[in-house]
Amino acid sequence: MARKKGTKTIKEINRRIKEGKVVVVTADEMAEIVKRKGPTKAAMEVDVVTTGTFAPMCSSGAFINFGHSKPAIKASKVWLNDVPAYAGLAAVDIYIGATEPAEDDPLNRVHPGQFKYGGGHVIQDLVAGKKVALRATAYGTDCYPNRKLNRKITLSDLPYAVLLNPRNAYQNYNCAINLSNKTIYTYMGVLKPRAGNANYSTSGQLSPLLNDPFYLTLGMGTRIFLGGAKGYIIGPGTQHNPNVKRGKTGVPLSPAGNLMVMGDMKEMDPKWIVGVSMVGYGCSLAVGIGVPIPVLNEEMARFTGVSDEELFTQIIDYGNDYPKGTAHSLGLVSYAELKSGTMKFNGKDVPTVPMSSYLRALEIARIVKKWIESGEFLLTEPQVMIPTVKR
Amino acid sequence: MYSKMVTLRFPPEVVNEPIIANLVKKFDLTFNILKATIYPRKEGLAVMELRGHKKNFQRGVRYLKSLGMKVESLGQDIKRDEEKCFHCGACTAVCPTGALYIKRPQMEVLFDSDKCSACEMCVVACPARAMEVRLDRSLLD
Ligand code: SF4
Ligand code: SF4
Repeated sequence: MARKKGTKTIKEINRRIKEGKVVVVTADEMAEIVKRKGPTKAAMEVDVVTTGTFAPMCSSGAFINFGHSKPAIKASKVWLNDVPAYAGLAAVDIYIGATEPAEDDPLNRVHPGQFKYGGGHVIQDLVAGKKVALRATAYGTDCYPNRKLNRKITLSDLPYAVLLNPRNAYQNYNCAINLSNKTIYTYMGVLKPRAGNANYSTSGQLSPLLNDPFYLTLGMGTRIFLGGAKGYIIGPGTQHNPNVKRGKTGVPLSPAGNLMVMGDMKEMDPKWIVGVSMVGYGCSLAVGIGVPIPVLNEEMARFTGVSDEELFTQIIDYGNDYPKGTAHSLGLVSYAELKSGTMKFNGKDVPTVPMSSYLRALEIARIVKKWIESGEFLLTEPQVMIPTVKR
Repeated sequence: MYSKMVTLRFPPEVVNEPIIANLVKKFDLTFNILKATIYPRKEGLAVMELRGHKKNFQRGVRYLKSLGMKVESLGQDIKRDEEKCFHCGACTAVCPTGALYIKRPQMEVLFDSDKCSACEMCVVACPARAMEVRLDRSLLD
């Protein structure tokens, strides 16, 4: 049976990668190609589109096994550089979450707090090869008599350290403004009163899930760029919600899908896993993620060909509405307008401020492109798709 | 917690006052002296970091001024650690002078130190803590 032109499988793309014939472009290049030649031709010419995003992603953390001590311990409380880790797992397994502040942090007692060091910083320090102080207490058992442990750990001597982020790579996110009369400090950055600035946090046309709006090519087992190394999508993120209003291109107009991802910390690079302090809000982790999207057909060419002019997000008031739980859209704005530096809001020019690094996102898309072209990165078939809606 | 580097110039008549002890006792401030000298004509100069609650800091400074001392904040320099900056752009929300700005369409965040007023707004607003305060050390030598 003759196949439609431009239709291909992941297997065929991998063959082309091995033969050195694969054609890979970054998502911003694809937008140009589709604009110039149309999706039919683009699907015939291009095999893979690479995406990227680099921004604070709060729902991140790491599973660590720190190895048995002598005498043995069943740790019930554990701190890494004074940041509490979750120890309600087996004897020497812990999970350190990105937003956990150091135990003696003054938090927001003097508002806005600085949140200088937290779980995200611990993870970055480990990835950077720095020594981290581990402290554990235990109640003692017959098989694990030890009640106290103090030890310096480094990533290389940990038996196991895996980054496992429950929710990353949000598909679209709000544009935040503040309509109250005072400056506020949020996870969307500093927002000046009376719509003094508008903050946004996606990489727009480079963003992974904005290039595959119905999650047609990715799912559990998709190999990705995670923190400078190769990692995997392991399922939908903890707030994955495909049931949102979508624009005419099918792309969500508000926060929608997200991903749970996992990767070996020992292969990561501290340039792409950065502990951050959001003034007045808390600690977090900036994570670099890049997803290669196979152009399996004309439809995928059209999806990956979106540009900032066609991508929109909703404007939300974080001064009054959001904290009250009554957030509603105050209008739509395109990523092209957000990236221009000002947007029109209620007839006024409002300066726009990114929280997500477009420069780093592009760098990631280019790295993934290079990996695929050089043959060191093969695409994987997703084993289980993530929930979606009819298109 | 509030902390500021200040220079204090003492007129000769207060050189012998227990000023520092009073700052600690009455205003609950802590200090770290970087330099202290008494000049031949008996005026004194001290460069120190004062820390405490902002209200106490302001009351302490008022107290010093009431004794006839000159209190100035020390020249400070803002630097960007280029290794740490990941070009998000968050700092451009707070920078009042445009010293931090975005080059478009590349979306690279640039820092023009000539335009910087050392207001320090970016220092805590930067999620990566890439903006640093450095002292103008010329007064200390
Ligand atoms: S907020 Fe910090 S990391 Fe972001 S662009 Fe400004 S200086 Fe760089
Ligand atoms: S110190 Fe103030 S003026 Fe200077 S770069 Fe930072 S925010 Fe801008």
